[in-house]
Amino acid sequence: MLDRTSQIAAVTPVCGRALQITRAGRVLLDVSDIEFGERSVTAIVGPNGAGKSMLIKTLCGLMRPDRGNVTWNGRPPARSDYRRLGMLLQHPVLLRRSALANVAYALKCAGHDRSRAERLALAALEHAGLSHIAATSARRLSGGEKQRLAMARAMAMRPEILFLDEPTASLDPASTLRIEEMIDKAREEGTSIVLVTHDMAQARRLADTVMLMHRGGIVEHAPTQRFFDAPATDEARAFAAGEILI
Amino acid sequence: MHSFAEAFGQAFALIVNFDADLREIVFLSLQVSLTAVLVAAIIGLPFGALLAVSRFPGRGALVVGITALMGLPPVVVGLVVYLLLSNAGVLGPLQLLYTPTAMIIAQALLITPIIAALARQTIEDLNDEYDQQMTLFGLNAIQRLVTLLWEGRFSLMTALLAGFGRAIAEVGAVIVVGGNINHVTRVMTTTIALETAKGNLALALGLGIILVAIAVTVNAMVFALRGTAERAAYA
Repeated sequence: MLDRTSQIAAVTPVCGRALQITRAGRVLLDVSDIEFGERSVTAIVGPNGAGKSMLIKTLCGLMRPDRGNVTWNGRPPARSDYRRLGMLLQHPVLLRRSALANVAYALKCAGHDRSRAERLALAALEHAGLSHIAATSARRLSGGEKQRLAMARAMAMRPEILFLDEPTASLDPASTLRIEEMIDKAREEGTSIVLVTHDMAQARRLADTVMLMHRGGIVEHAPTQRFFDAPATDEARAFAAGEILI
Repeated sequence: MHSFAEAFGQAFALIVNFDADLREIVFLSLQVSLTAVLVAAIIGLPFGALLAVSRFPGRGALVVGITALMGLPPVVVGLVVYLLLSNAGVLGPLQLLYTPTAMIIAQALLITPIIAALARQTIEDLNDEYDQQMTLFGLNAIQRLVTLLWEGRFSLMTALLAGFGRAIAEVGAVIVVGGNINHVTRVMTTTIALETAKGNLALALGLGIILVAIAVTVNAMVFALRGTAERAAYA
């Protein structure tokens, strides 16, 4: 069984320096300095096209910046480090296998032997309340179940830092609640969470700090209460008040 | 008309009695074509997958070239293999001409581009879908290829089926390199051509019926397998 009581010992700092991505002469991402590594939940908010997903994909090594660099634990991203860093894509990609095999496969990629991977995978599904669909093809699951399975798969790796790209977008309130419970559990276990969301209430519920992005840059990054109660910038004030940022 | 009916009757009698000559020809045909599919799969699937996930100068031209080779004329393939295997050819010392091995080589050459081209398309579509997730799994290039081939296994079976269909039905290549030697290299298609020319319609028709039955059976099996996989959402 997974030892869910143990805490993750240390968190690999993920840093971006002078990151810039430009497409067709338009700057899509322009972030001078960013670091995630503390055991906390950071919510990244902002309008569509603000660069939120692009930022976390760049930090996870899924996109290459035109300028600047990304380091994990002080070094350029390496394949072996993906064991310590997890990401839940906005549209999770599930393999054409059973739910159990999806989780077991990720664990095998991380170096676990077959029997241990299956044991850990089953424990991860139980932990996520999905053991009843272990033998079901992942592609036959409902949207909420797929998202929880992808989350369980990411959490089974016991990542030190977990990036979540709109994990509850288009989910109903019950499914959203379950995903949020899983995020809470991951935090309790010592995983640092970076959450991209459009749901301000969710950011209030889950996040220790909130980061507002607009037009590719970070406009404000503050503790959650201060972000909503006393925003320092006009954009954050407008966004927190529910106005539309263009 | 009467002779046609008679020929059909004799053809069915040959099939029902499982005539020894007919059996030998059918088994050799299956042996040659299935081995050719196996060889072509071993070469074509990884090659197609590699082409799907690689980016290098000239890749587009290679893709166009492989796709164009899907329509290779069998007699031309037969001629090329003949030149390679004949005494004056590079592989002449192996003495493979007019053997089932020569026929396997010719058929494998003929269908490898088909399997590679279809595999490339399947794997490229899958790779677009899986690319970022495979990066997050920390997979190396070989692990990626293996994963993509496994995930596309049901679609890739269609590619193998297309290859088998082409191999079992072709006559031009095997007759050039096999020589249609009785009890040695005589397969269904070459026998049908020979026996039709000789006016022995019964054997030709019997083999023709079996050839069609094999094609239908293999198609039905793959169709059923794909259907089962799709219902279970594994395809």
